[in-house]
Order: sequence, then structure tokens, then C-alpha cells
Amino acid sequence: MNNVTRRAMLATTALLAAPAIVRGQGAPIKLGILQPVTGALAQDGELGRLGAQLAIDEVNAAGGVPGLGMIEMVFGDARSTPDAGTAEVERLNSEGVCAIVGGFASPICLAASQAASRYGLPYIVDVGVAESIVTRGLTNTFRFAPGFSTVTSVALDNLVTINDAAGKPAKTVVLVHEDGLFGSGLAKLMQTELPKRGFEVLDTIAHPTPARDMSNVALRIRSLAPDLIVPSDYYAEFVLLARTLQQQRIKPKGIYGVLNGAASNYRFVNEFPTIAEGLLDCNHWADPKNPKTAALKAKVEGLGKVFSYNVMLNYSCVLLVADALARAKTADRAALLAAIGSSTFAGHIMPYGPTQFVNGQNKGATPVNTQVQGGAIKVIFPNAVADAKPVFPVT
Amino acid sequence: MAPAIVAEAVVNGLLTGAVYALVALGLTLIYGVLHIINFAHGALLTCAMFAVWALDAAFGLDPYVAIIVLVPCAFGLGYALQRYIIGPASRGRDGNVLLVTLGLAIVIQNGLLAVFHADTRSLARDSAFDVVAVGPMLLSTPRLVGSVVAIVVAVLLWLLLTRTDTGRAIRAVAREELGARLAGIDVRHIYAVTFGLGTACLAIAAGLLMPSYTVNPRTGEAFVLVAFTAVVLGGMGSIPGAVLGALLIGTVESLSGLFLGDSLGQVGIFLLFILVLLVRPAGLFGARA
Repeated sequence: MNNVTRRAMLATTALLAAPAIVRGQGAPIKLGILQPVTGALAQDGELGRLGAQLAIDEVNAAGGVPGLGMIEMVFGDARSTPDAGTAEVERLNSEGVCAIVGGFASPICLAASQAASRYGLPYIVDVGVAESIVTRGLTNTFRFAPGFSTVTSVALDNLVTINDAAGKPAKTVVLVHEDGLFGSGLAKLMQTELPKRGFEVLDTIAHPTPARDMSNVALRIRSLAPDLIVPSDYYAEFVLLARTLQQQRIKPKGIYGVLNGAASNYRFVNEFPTIAEGLLDCNHWADPKNPKTAALKAKVEGLGKVFSYNVMLNYSCVLLVADALARAKTADRAALLAAIGSSTFAGHIMPYGPTQFVNGQNKGATPVNTQVQGGAIKVIFPNAVADAKPVFPVT
Repeated sequence: MAPAIVAEAVVNGLLTGAVYALVALGLTLIYGVLHIINFAHGALLTCAMFAVWALDAAFGLDPYVAIIVLVPCAFGLGYALQRYIIGPASRGRDGNVLLVTLGLAIVIQNGLLAVFHADTRSLARDSAFDVVAVGPMLLSTPRLVGSVVAIVVAVLLWLLLTRTDTGRAIRAVAREELGARLAGIDVRHIYAVTFGLGTACLAIAAGLLMPSYTVNPRTGEAFVLVAFTAVVLGGMGSIPGAVLGALLIGTVESLSGLFLGDSLGQVGIFLLFILVLLVRPAGLFGARA
């Protein structure tokens, strides 16, 4: 150190500082992406992050947001809990992000969007379906995808349509659900709504998450021999249930999932093609007739990843924010909030049409019905976007 | 409820209980000799299950063949863990051992999370769906194989403890450590051998579980909680006790799941547990204090 002259020291310091000065001239716009990439929801969180990253790459490859420059992802790991999600919102805020996209699970979305509202920070919910997310009167919170009531009413209507078109082969139903907020809520709704539509609910079977064994559930289903099984559970439990049903040679006329963790998941379809074949689901899914959907699917599969609704929704949500930034011509939060609120963005891949937010909810958002046919997840409803006809009854 | 369904639920419970027994055997062995509750047991089971999955994914190795490969590895790992980590770090204090095994569990679990991520994985083998028709019952072949192997392993372990010099040494150390040391037994070696045997049991359990269960970095916890209950129910340190306790728990869990619903299935286990502890505090086969 004795040999270092003061002049050399100054020169080195100046050199080290130079990149920071250069960066300061065209600083990227920071966009917060919040996903649970550790803990129980990590599988979904990873795919959500991937969707967001692909959208950011696409915007940047085209030269960034016009007039504002490149987008830089500032990532927050919600660690599968609302507390961790809230803590990460605080950090993202202090890092100066212009908006936050993500959250995945309803409890995380609820807590994180509320934390963001304290700073007037725009929050775009990617998946969380709980109605309360958009009914609390938070002006910073927007949901691009449909909420619980829209999904369930569309699911019930489409079930009736599919069954009627086939000559009403399904009359009896067994509901299988995980015993948390999501599964129990859905099962309760189905219990009251299905009889009104002419179905007899033979039994409602609850199971815990995680579940080690589905033998008893399968035994009860076998003794009841329902025409239709309506499951509402997460990925691992549904896989276990479907495998046990096959093992016990239980073949209902159809398995109709609503927001099912596995029935619209290529990982399940690829790992268990024979079990997955014919599964029906009402869920978030991209418009198969949109050429951008096929391009994104190819890109995701090229990376060895699963093309899931998490990818589709986060990709679309980030593009929505990029569009709002371009129109606001600034990364200022208040201006961005106004730009998102008045968004009529149609450059996404979901079958929603141009966005239109009313009290934070995208009014055009709707789920679609999917069915696994020939090892691929096909959209069978609504007809405007369908790329296949429903096969029902399956057996 | 039709009697045929109840009968099938009982048989299913016994088959599940037999695999619980294998997890419980390792636990009871380690407790019986080392007098420690091994908190790393669940993490080691998860580790072994991932090893079975990885061998299948990488080399297409059948899970039952994987057992033959993994048992020596697991024994070696268990031996080394006790001899070079748990033993030295605990400095002979039981309280320290608890913390060391708890720490190991956290390290292993997070290591698995880093390597395999939080995904749930399963073996996509057609043989996993094979069933044997016994009268009106359809019994899962992997579970049937699992329970037969579990019982055979329990008998072998019991023979090892009662008929071999190593077994006698293990029992001597368990009964009176100082006496065993004075008789010329290498106590540290015996500790490590016992831990190795317990871990080897987990490798067998992993090979038997994987055809019909899924694995993620937190899978082991659920099995070990049940195994702990089985061990206490049967009597800490008793091999027949652990097996019987596990079979009983499997059956009670299955039946209460059938009648009360799967969400309340575990209630039956803990009601039975409290009842047994009230009537026989040392467990079904435990030595009276």
C-alpha cells in the first residue's frame, strides 16, 4: 500500500465511479415482481417469475418502453406467506419500483397489495381469486384475471352446457376438496349451486393438505359410483387422487375441475398422460388462437419449463404495465396508476379482449374450459377461442 | 357403510402401518441406544426418497433395486454423521444432541430445497398402479410389497439385536454404557453403528414408499410425526412395540379417515395415543420406569 500514490488512488476511484455515472444517465425503470419461490407455493412462483421475465426481455429487446428506456426486474420472494410478501413489498418500495406485479395466492395478494397501498404503489394481482382483493376500495390494486365468483359461475354454466349437449349423461356428483379456504369455499358453493342445475350431490369429501393417502377417498367414491367427480385441490393432492382412482379402477363419466392445480398443468399431462386424458377444468388459460400464445409456449418449452397459467398471466400483466408506462410517459406512481386505471390494452395473450378496470377488476376477464385431449391441453369453451370440441362422457 | 368397504379400509390401514413401522424402527433403535430423539430422522427420510427418485430419473433404476444401492450408502452416511458430527458436537450432553440433530434437519431440508426446489415429485411408473384382487378388495401391489418387506426387515433387525455380537454390544451400550465400556466395547463405534442402522432403515422405507407416494423437501416431517407417535405408543426403544404401534396407528388412521373424513383422520391416532398413555404410561411394550 505504501507504493500507492495519491494520484493513482484518485484515478482508480474515478475509474470505479465512472460506470455509475454512465448508468445514471439512462437509468432503467424498476418493476417489482413478487412471487413465492420458496415454500409450499414455490412451483407456481417460479413459473410466475418466468412469465414476468420473458415479458420484460421482450419489451427490452424491442428497445424498452418508448421514451423511458429499459425495464429492470426487482424480484421479491414472498416465501409462500403473507408476512413475507408484506416484508418484500417494503423492500421493493425502498428500492424505488414503479409498480409491483404478482403475489399468486390470495392471502399473499391481499396483504401485499394493502402494504403497497400505503405508498401509492400500483399493484397488479396476477392470479389471486379471492373477491376481497378488489372489494376493499384500494385504489392502487388491479386484478387482470377473473375473480372467484366469475370463475365459478362460468364453470357451472359450462358444465350444464357440456352435459346437455351430450344428452345429460351425468346426474350424480361427488365433491372432493382440500379443507383449506380455497377448497372448502368452492365445495360449499358447488353444494348449493349444483342441485339447482339438476345434479344430485351424493357426498362431499374433505381431505387435508398435504395428504399422504387417498385410499379412503377412493373407497368412498367407489361405493357411491358417481357420474361426475368435481375436485378442488392443489397439485400434489390431485395427482395422488387421480392415481388412486385409476388404481382402484374408478372410471366416472367425467372429472370436472374448477381452478384445479393439476388438470390444466402440462407437468401432470406429460408425467401421467393416461390418467390426465379427458380431464376437464375451468381455469385461467391463454387464447390458443392468438399467435403470440404459441410463440410464448415454444419459448417456455425451449427453456425446459412448463407452460402454465402462471406464465401466461404474469407475462400479460407485465406487458400491461409496460403499455401503461408508455402512455404515462413517466414512471411516476400517481401517473402510472391513472394510466393503468384507464388501460384498454389488447396486446396480451388472454382471451379477455381489451382491458377495462372497474374498481380495480378487469371486466373482460373470464376463465375458459380446458380438456386434456391426445396429450395436449385444449380449450373447449368459449367457442370464440376454442381449439377443440368437448369429449363427454369420457368413458 | 358396507362391511366390504370397512374391511378394505382396515387392510389398507395395516399396509400403510407396516411402512410407518419401518420409519419408526430406525427411530426407536436410535432412541433405545443413544437415548436421543433424532430430529433429523424426517429430513434423512426425505433425502433417501429423493435419492430413489433421482436414481430412477437419471438411470431408470427400479425403486426396489435402488434399495440395494442405497442401504450401504445410508448406513455409511448415518455412521459418519454420528461419529464425526453428532457425537463430537454434542460433547456427551443429551440437550446438545437434540439441537445438533435439529440443526442437521434444517441444513438437510434446505439443501434439498436448493437442489431439487420445492416441487413435488413422483415416480411415473406403470407398476405403481398395479393392484392385486383379493376377493372384492383391490390392494395396491407396491403397498403389499412394502408391508411384506417392512415385516421381514423388522424380524431381521430383531434377530440382529438378539443373536449377534454386534446386537449384544448395542443392547449392552443401551442398558449400561459405562459397564459396556469397561467390558471392552467401543462405545463410540456402537453409537455410530446404531445410527447407521437407523438410517439404513430409512433407505429401505424410501424405496418402498416412492412407488406409491410423492416427495418434496418437506415430505419426511409428516411420516416422522406418525412414526414418533408409533414409537411412544409401542414403548420407546422396543422393536416389537414400534411395529405393533405403527400397525395400530395405520389402522386407526384409516378407519377414522373413513368414518370422520380424511381431515379428521389423525384425530383417531391422537385419541388412541392419549388413551394408551393414560393406561400404560410406558407404552404397550415399554419397560416400566
